[in-house]
Amino acid sequence: MDRKTLLLFIAGGLIVALGLAFFVSPLASSSPDGLERVAIDQGFAGTADEHAAADGPLADYGVKGVEDEGLSTGIAGVIGVAVTFGLGMILFGLLRAARARRTEPASDA
Amino acid sequence: MHIPDGFINAGTSLAAGVASAGGVGVCLKRAAATMEEKQAPLAGLVAAFVFAAQMLNFPVALGTSGHLLGGVLATVLVGPWAGAICIALVLFVQALFFADGGLSALGLNVLNMALIGGLGGFVVFRGIRGVLPRTRSMVVAASAVAAGVSVVLASIGFFVEYAIGGVGDVSLGAMFAATVGVHVLIGIGEAVITGLTVSAVLAVRPDLVYGARDLLPRLEIRPSEPVGRN
Repeated sequence: MDRKTLLLFIAGGLIVALGLAFFVSPLASSSPDGLERVAIDQGFAGTADEHAAADGPLADYGVKGVEDEGLSTGIAGVIGVAVTFGLGMILFGLLRAARARRTEPASDA
Repeated sequence: MHIPDGFINAGTSLAAGVASAGGVGVCLKRAAATMEEKQAPLAGLVAAFVFAAQMLNFPVALGTSGHLLGGVLATVLVGPWAGAICIALVLFVQALFFADGGLSALGLNVLNMALIGGLGGFVVFRGIRGVLPRTRSMVVAASAVAAGVSVVLASIGFFVEYAIGGVGDVSLGAMFAATVGVHVLIGIGEAVITGLTVSAVLAVRPDLVYGARDLLPRLEIRPSEPVGRN
């Protein structure tokens, strides 16, 4: 497997994801989503509790302290993509290593 | 599609949490047994891409929006086990850092979007592919249709959970119609985005699409040439 084109593909895909998160997410619809719409129309939207992390620095996809709404959303998106990618690389790297250990048990002396 | 805290009672949320933990545990075990070298970074990318795509709410009807759930996209690209883990990871990050999806409802959301939408959607994808010709464009078509169906399945998951443990007093018939109705519309968006993305990856690196592996030219296995033995 050619590692170089795989790395290029991953880098390119990551740029697309970061671009979507930074440039496009501020333009996304802020209307209630399908589940919220059902909750509103069926009259139980009010039973939702405030989220435990509602005062967190990234709550509701905005960075606390950044006044410009679009920029705040964009930066929060970039942080989310980076954090998800980082955690994913660690998690899937560990899973990959688990398989490598199982299939090549005698590789280290 | 993210259930907040307070919609569904503690007992039902807990039961869903136990079921989801078991389901994700199975996925981790199976992924650890099958994960190939090139799949690990790809799965990380898929999770990051789904996070970004889930922020992009598109309008579906008057005053309502929807966004990609990504279950079929992830499982078609990296396989059912790693794909479902990608979605669970995205939901975990969203609930923990972005106040999206209740912490007590994380099990419900993982059940609906990662397990029903992801694993269930992959089963639908396999079923559709089984009756279609074995070509790349049919992989795209099957992933698009399965993606649309997966959104409706996930929304039915929410409906059933609400019917069991919902705290509000609703007419179940009306709620079922409303839930499925709006998610059919969102499913169309899911189908379009999933089809376009799978088609783009197939065009660039067809070997990276788990759901199209059977279309790759078979590698010929033969004994290696003896080197330096003369």
